Amino acid sequence: MEKMQYDYPATHPVAHRVHVGVVGSGDLEVLLEPSSDERSHVIVNTSVDGFGATWKNVLDRFFLRFQGAASIEINDFGATPGTVMLRLEQAAEGLRA
Amino acid sequence: MSTDASPSRRGRIWFDALSAGGGMVATGLPSVCVADAPLGNATARFIAVVPDAHNRFPRARSGEVGLDEGWALARHVRAAISDDAKGWRRPLIAIVDVSSQAYGRREELLGIHLACAAAADAYASARLAGHPVIALLVGKAMSGAFLAHGYQANRIIALDSPEVMVHAMGKQAAARVTRTSVEKLEKLGEQFAPIAYDIRSYAKLGLLHKLIEGIAADAPTHTDIERVRAALVSAIADTRAGAPDLTSRLTSSAARETRAASVEVRRRLAEQWHGAHLGRS
Amino acid sequence: MSVTAPRLDYRHFLERRSFIEMGARERVRAVLDAGSMRELLGPFDRIKSPWLPLQGIVAQADDGVVLARGTLDGTPALVAAIESAYQGGSMGEVSGAKIAGALELACKEWEQGRPILPVLLFETGGVRLQEANLGLAAIAEIHAAIIALRRHVPVVGVIAGMVGCFGGMSLAAAMCSRLIVTRQARLGMNGPEVIEQEAGIEELDAMDRALIWSLIGGEQRRATGLADDLLEDDANTIAAAIRQAFLTAAVAPARSAQVERYAELLRRIDPKDPPDPQSLRTLWNPEAPA
Repeated sequence: MEKMQYDYPATHPVAHRVHVGVVGSGDLEVLLEPSSDERSHVIVNTSVDGFGATWKNVLDRFFLRFQGAASIEINDFGATPGTVMLRLEQAAEGLRA
Repeated sequence: MSTDASPSRRGRIWFDALSAGGGMVATGLPSVCVADAPLGNATARFIAVVPDAHNRFPRARSGEVGLDEGWALARHVRAAISDDAKGWRRPLIAIVDVSSQAYGRREELLGIHLACAAAADAYASARLAGHPVIALLVGKAMSGAFLAHGYQANRIIALDSPEVMVHAMGKQAAARVTRTSVEKLEKLGEQFAPIAYDIRSYAKLGLLHKLIEGIAADAPTHTDIERVRAALVSAIADTRAGAPDLTSRLTSSAARETRAASVEVRRRLAEQWHGAHLGRS
Repeated sequence: MSVTAPRLDYRHFLERRSFIEMGARERVRAVLDAGSMRELLGPFDRIKSPWLPLQGIVAQADDGVVLARGTLDGTPALVAAIESAYQGGSMGEVSGAKIAGALELACKEWEQGRPILPVLLFETGGVRLQEANLGLAAIAEIHAAIIALRRHVPVVGVIAGMVGCFGGMSLAAAMCSRLIVTRQARLGMNGPEVIEQEAGIEELDAMDRALIWSLIGGEQRRATGLADDLLEDDANTIAAAIRQAFLTAAVAPARSAQVERYAELLRRIDPKDPPDPQSLRTLWNPEAPA
């Protein structure tokens, strides 16, 4: 089990909080809330060790497009990068709702 | 495929010892023993589930709570409720030595889940009607069998004996399901009290009212029996002085430590219950 | 058959929303009146399992149970739903306490003269073995709360599938005043795999799906009087049946309290010559006069 943290710059606040997903096998949950400062902060709790670089890749790609200042907690049970991106995009979509 | 060498006699031994001087209640079922007998200066109903090598259900011959047992427990607990409805509520003492619920195709088909539910329902109803219900663990108190017979008690008392254990699943099956070995499971139990099988670890969870030490559990002396009687009488008095619910399982000092999350859940729920501050969805 | 009837069936088919495919949160939303759902101890409260991370298992923020207050046709209600995708819907310390605690508060509402309708959406394998005795104790507290609450109001349970309802929670389902199931549901005390391990493959082949459903599936349970409503897997149908259940369930005692009736049904069985599932439907026909 591993816990990782990442920070990203942001350009505007996030309107409300969003939750998507479930910590099932091959899946993850995303808790997204307005950040307390003007940056985004991500915490990843994952059952699969050693994939820090992969997580950074996915998050880097997500935050290229996502500019809101969000506190994000990810609880992961072995999801693929594709599934991670899907859930992050679902969360972002939830903000637009 | 049972891993037990031979069925436990503890339930029978303690039922006989504690119900001495009382009258047996005919249950029509050798595996369910019921007697109304003196306890302190009153009468209590003692109930035990014991092995019956000739049980009409072959998978319930070693002291398991099977179909017939579940319904018989329900019947005799409810009989005490209705007999005492207009007067003093006698205590019900569940003597617990149950290795499991009965496992089998017929059991599932014929609704063993309902038979066990009926027993639990009856004990809970008795408790709510004002009967002190005390569970005395003298052997195994396992999973669905314990849920049916004992776990609805106001107070749980246990003998401090290596054969007294509480758990949700037998060691072999639990190891298989969690894809580990019995040895690893036992090691985990040393680390985390909720996963352990032995009664001393169980006592750390805050669910036990009293652990009675120094008793010869297989061959109790007269003194042993009197000590257990005294513990039962004390538990009954404690029960009558309190609420007919299970809140004592959250208030002991052990519970406040090991069941802190259970207490916190209830505290936070009560905070949010009437809350108007959260938005609707 | 009229010209319009096939078109009505077709539209209903298109409008069907699978309840089984919904996660716990979506199921709760589907059951309650639209817009009335207010979640309690949701993911952002982060009341997680204290035990799973210590054993290398990532904790879900709501520990796999969704609790919400809301309304059913305008009457205050409480719905508790188990998320089967997380740890098989197993009951741990927190998930069990959420259900027990919510039912206890519902009981207090009634004691203070305020109605609230309790609904339990069961989708669980039973006790979470990583929390064993705390999960088992929580289930006992759930039983206690159901029995206490049932004095005031029917407790309505739903088992939809695909996990079904097993272990100590099968007793909770049996204690419900009214139990709604689908064909895909299963209701049993011991999981098929555990029976196979304990009693051998001749006793039960856990891979034989047809056999499993014939013994403990929703249709069999309904046909033998161990469940009340057999419904199609449709959220609207289930939501309507839940509302209806509160209207019709009040009168008869719950089946776990009907000792003489069920003990008598069991007496009709000879274990030396036990009935097959189909014959049991005749022997235990719930529509037959008592």
